[in-house]
Amino acid sequence: MIESTTRVLVQGITGRHGSFHTGLMLEYGTNVVAGVTPGKGGEEVHGVPVFDTVEEAVDETGAEASVVFVPAPFAPDAVMEAIEAGLDPIVVITEHIPAHDTMMFVQLAEEYGVRIIGPNTPGIIVPPERTKMGIMPHQVFSEGSVAVASRSGTLTYEIVHHLTEAGIGQSVCVGLGGDTVVGMTFIDFLEMVEEDPGTEAVVLIGEIGGSAEEEAAEYIAETDYPKPVVAYIAGRHAPPGKRMGHAGAIVHRGQGTAESKEKAFLEAGVEVAKTPWEVPELLKEYL
Amino acid sequence: MIRLLEYQAKGLLREVGIKVPEGGVARTGEEASRIAEQIGGPVVVKAQVPVGGRGKAGGVLFADTPEEAREVARDLLGSKIKGEIVDKVLVEERLNIEEEWYAAISLDRSERIPIVLASREGGVDIEEVPDEKIARRYVDPFLGMRPFEARLVAKDAGIPREYLRDFESVLTAMYEVFDGYDAHLVEINPLVLTKEGELVAADAVVNLDQDAAVMRHPEFAEETEDFHLVELGGDVGIIANGAGLTMATVDLVKEFGGEPANFLDVGGGAYPSLIRRAILAVDDLGVSVILINIFGGITRCDDVAKGIVRAMEDVDTPMVVRLVGTNEEEGHAILKEHGIDVFEDLEEAVKRAVEIAQG
Repeated sequence: MIESTTRVLVQGITGRHGSFHTGLMLEYGTNVVAGVTPGKGGEEVHGVPVFDTVEEAVDETGAEASVVFVPAPFAPDAVMEAIEAGLDPIVVITEHIPAHDTMMFVQLAEEYGVRIIGPNTPGIIVPPERTKMGIMPHQVFSEGSVAVASRSGTLTYEIVHHLTEAGIGQSVCVGLGGDTVVGMTFIDFLEMVEEDPGTEAVVLIGEIGGSAEEEAAEYIAETDYPKPVVAYIAGRHAPPGKRMGHAGAIVHRGQGTAESKEKAFLEAGVEVAKTPWEVPELLKEYL
Repeated sequence: MIRLLEYQAKGLLREVGIKVPEGGVARTGEEASRIAEQIGGPVVVKAQVPVGGRGKAGGVLFADTPEEAREVARDLLGSKIKGEIVDKVLVEERLNIEEEWYAAISLDRSERIPIVLASREGGVDIEEVPDEKIARRYVDPFLGMRPFEARLVAKDAGIPREYLRDFESVLTAMYEVFDGYDAHLVEINPLVLTKEGELVAADAVVNLDQDAAVMRHPEFAEETEDFHLVELGGDVGIIANGAGLTMATVDLVKEFGGEPANFLDVGGGAYPSLIRRAILAVDDLGVSVILINIFGGITRCDDVAKGIVRAMEDVDTPMVVRLVGTNEEEGHAILKEHGIDVFEDLEEAVKRAVEIAQG
């Protein structure tokens, strides 16, 4: 998905989060080649040249992928600029983007064949390549052969922490993002790591709401997925949220509860951990 | 997600030309009787609360005279429907119902585009309507919903030919609201075909996007705290960072035999004063222990520790702190200086908190 040599662009590089995390990405080993902030072209952040437009950044530095820190009101435009410049993947860290805006750029990305990760994601990290696009605290991660995808940031750190403590390293970890509409799904992730020779097993970290886990379970069962998958679902004791609309219930009947997700996974042959520290125990059988 | 009250939802529908019953909002029995008098016939009095299933919960009452309207409004006002206090009722004319239909436009989370739904069997919970009785069609958000698409859905749903164009107008108008207000859901249920042959939105649900409301529709934005607290009724107070980790912490307390008092997510990058306020808010619930589970990323453990120390000045309730991640050592040092035990292992912390709660 991304390698140590992938030429990474940071959109919103001169902002507080953008510049801080550019420093941490460089420290970890990410090949950050350029930044973009309209009107700030010519500046430098941590020695990385800043451009006014994505097009210029790509022409000058050969940037291939983008990580977006641009504030919510301007983020959809920034993502579309990256899509049209052909960057792939585009990792959208920004929180609070209206779902209708996300719907538009996710739809555009699909037409262009570009992968979007997020929004509202901690990003992607590939420990064997020592590269990350995002804000994950890389100290928690270790090199290995388990691929992790999650709908939640800190819960990912928690579970990866238990994996690392148990001596189980990771081939790639992706935060899919906590918003109702996101780009990469569990299914996209499963497809991505299916052929990856560095991945032996997969961990899916889900939570209540929506039907992404049920769809992933269906995909695993239907394709007779060739790699072992272990899951964890947060929210089994959460009461039904009173602000939750019935929109989902109409389209996906009976789906969205932790029980429904667990049942779907078990039926697809995916073991479901009851605690974060049970995840490495379940994985050990397969490694 | 912001669920608008029925009268607000109907206001948006009326703006785009969809017929809604004649009526008005009342805050007192007197106002209700005045509105009923203006309507001049049998009315329905509906509690304005942001929850579904009001009817079954006793939130929808009928009245034949203005006096009766005053009485039933008084019964509803101040009462609780599904946990929500009623401070407004909607008083509306009663319709002469020929048929009850269903129409909705929603943002489909799986396909990530709008979906239009229609059925000739409305008036009941749509989840009880058999699948084959619901017509569906996805919409390209770049094109918007074109009138012919609305007609296709109407045909699929079995809408009679003489109402095809009216139904098309309702759906295209609903899409205007969906698009214009960044809605997650615009639903009319039932869409009543009256004996007079008109289509009227007898009940409506509009769910808006909180982020879009803040940015583009401030009149509907809900005031949000910088932390998110949900009461769960137990005695183990819970504070964590990130929705997933907070849910997982609630699950673990339950798993180890405790009763969670609440869910409180302080979000990312919490600073000391926010942590202090979160602890005070949980303490106010009258809990017997407060379990704090922080996995630092953007959040710094030293900031969390400072907040805990400040809160201790006002809080006597025992606290069990699990603190790892960014600036972990600095955080632990601050807590130890103040004699607060700190755990690195989540399992041990949860067990300890449950132990304290169980005395």
